[in-house]
Amino acid sequence: MNFSADLSLALPEVILAVGALALLVWGAFQSRANMVFSLAAVALLVAAGAAAVLGPMGRGFSGGLIADQASAFAKVAIYAASAIAIPLGQPWFQRRGVNNFEFPILIVLAALGMGMMASAGDLISLYIGVELHSLALYVLAAIHRDNAKASEAGLKYFVLGALSSGLLLYGASLIYGFAGSTHFDIIAQSVEGGANVGVLFGLVFLICGLAFKISAAPFHMWTPDVYEGAPTPVVAFFGAAPKMAAMVLLARVLAEGFGGAAEQWAQILVIVALASVAVGAFAGLVQTNLKRLWAYSSIANIGYAVLGLASGDAAGVQAMLVFMVLYMVDVTGFFACLAALSRDGRPMETISDMAGLFKERPGIALAMSAFALSALGLPPFSGFWAKFYVFKAAIGAGLGVVAVIALVGSVVAAFYYLRLIKVMWFDASAGATDTPPVEARVIALSLALFTFPVVLVALVFIDPLAAAAAAAFGLA
Amino acid sequence: MTIGLSHYLAVAAILFTIGVFGIFVNRKNVIVILMSIELILLAVNINFVAFSAYLHDVVGQIFAMFVLTVAAAEAAVGLAILVTFFRNRGGIAVDDAAVMKG
Repeated sequence: MNFSADLSLALPEVILAVGALALLVWGAFQSRANMVFSLAAVALLVAAGAAAVLGPMGRGFSGGLIADQASAFAKVAIYAASAIAIPLGQPWFQRRGVNNFEFPILIVLAALGMGMMASAGDLISLYIGVELHSLALYVLAAIHRDNAKASEAGLKYFVLGALSSGLLLYGASLIYGFAGSTHFDIIAQSVEGGANVGVLFGLVFLICGLAFKISAAPFHMWTPDVYEGAPTPVVAFFGAAPKMAAMVLLARVLAEGFGGAAEQWAQILVIVALASVAVGAFAGLVQTNLKRLWAYSSIANIGYAVLGLASGDAAGVQAMLVFMVLYMVDVTGFFACLAALSRDGRPMETISDMAGLFKERPGIALAMSAFALSALGLPPFSGFWAKFYVFKAAIGAGLGVVAVIALVGSVVAAFYYLRLIKVMWFDASAGATDTPPVEARVIALSLALFTFPVVLVALVFIDPLAAAAAAAFGLA
Repeated sequence: MTIGLSHYLAVAAILFTIGVFGIFVNRKNVIVILMSIELILLAVNINFVAFSAYLHDVVGQIFAMFVLTVAAAEAAVGLAILVTFFRNRGGIAVDDAAVMKG
């Protein structure tokens, strides 16, 4: 394959990389962020998404970069979530006197890294993708730099993220040494018929490193602090797109590189999934800050996604992809609600702040209820369909007992979702809230409409696309 | 005694362990944590170069180059975040980073 054919496979990445650099130069010549600048960043993401869908498919750069159904599916979801984060975040920062033009650029750079994660076909491109998105996210967490909490969140995220990258790299080096290559398909050949101890050791380190990125227990400890400290629109971004990218990357490494060791990694993933569901459900019970609460909720929900992957077959990967797409809508929407709410100029972040919200802001209270019920998994909201796919795949793979335990976890978690709804609907109001900004309200309400009823129509399209994407991984 | 692959792997494993312990046991200074992270990445590089020589395969050394480059970028980002932290808090002790708990 010649170089221009390789480049055409990497067209979404080329668009984002060149575009981000151009934006950086443009930004340096203007004093403050403006609307056109944000729109240009959104346009870049849309163009990259179109390139991912319409561009050629195949393997380029001697197998280092893969463009297939799965990468296209993941990229569209990732770029869409990134594109929503820009109009949600830029006005939010401007109202707080943070006029950084870097915010849209950092989102674009993170999207570039996440796109590479979804397309990685080699341990080197895996590492570069992970680092590219992580470095942008560390800065995003601390972008509100005069805020003590935000800089602490950035620092904690950086330290633990760098540690996880170290674990991931150490695993990659062991896999390279004992399997003899960094290419997933050559690793797969050496793993066929039983992996040796060195490769398995490396695989465990690699899974640990990626579990950090998706904030699965027992590697979740950074999540509550980072969610609480980071600016709310940034958390809306953190909770969605990076998780999707890391889950797709995990699925690709395990399916394409370690298909022969499926029994071993499925066991690890079952333990990770159950631990995540348990930690998310029980630790969430005592939280009073909504951003922390939602961090534990995201830990529990990632547990269900990992459970889908632990099924170790195409139906499991399909369930994971459907789950992640529907969950991304939930988490982005919930944090858009939080970004919309404030009282006397202060953000409303605790459960008691939400008292009587239904009388003050019925639209946003309804939207938040929809997101909470969806994260809980109540029919007919989108979260129910997401969990339905996961449990169906788990039971089909003989993980019935595990599925039942995970279901009990979601019953425990129901307490904190229902308590939030009860406080919003029935408690006495704690005073008038400020008028919500238009962009956050529009995003929150349209995503709430997605959780129900739009999801019922959308699933008709998502289901076959996710099935095609899962088939690209080549699991049985 | 000839120095073989296993010796390099042992050194790398020891450095890696020191690095990880440096992050978790250290309770004093965030700069020490940054040094520990560098130590982890250097341990990985030793692994890559040793495997590369052992396998007669150049990819390991290329990977090590990538790791070096990214480590430099990571240190830059980490120090920048540390500067904003210092401005807000007036110190870089690990115990300063405890506003949020639970």
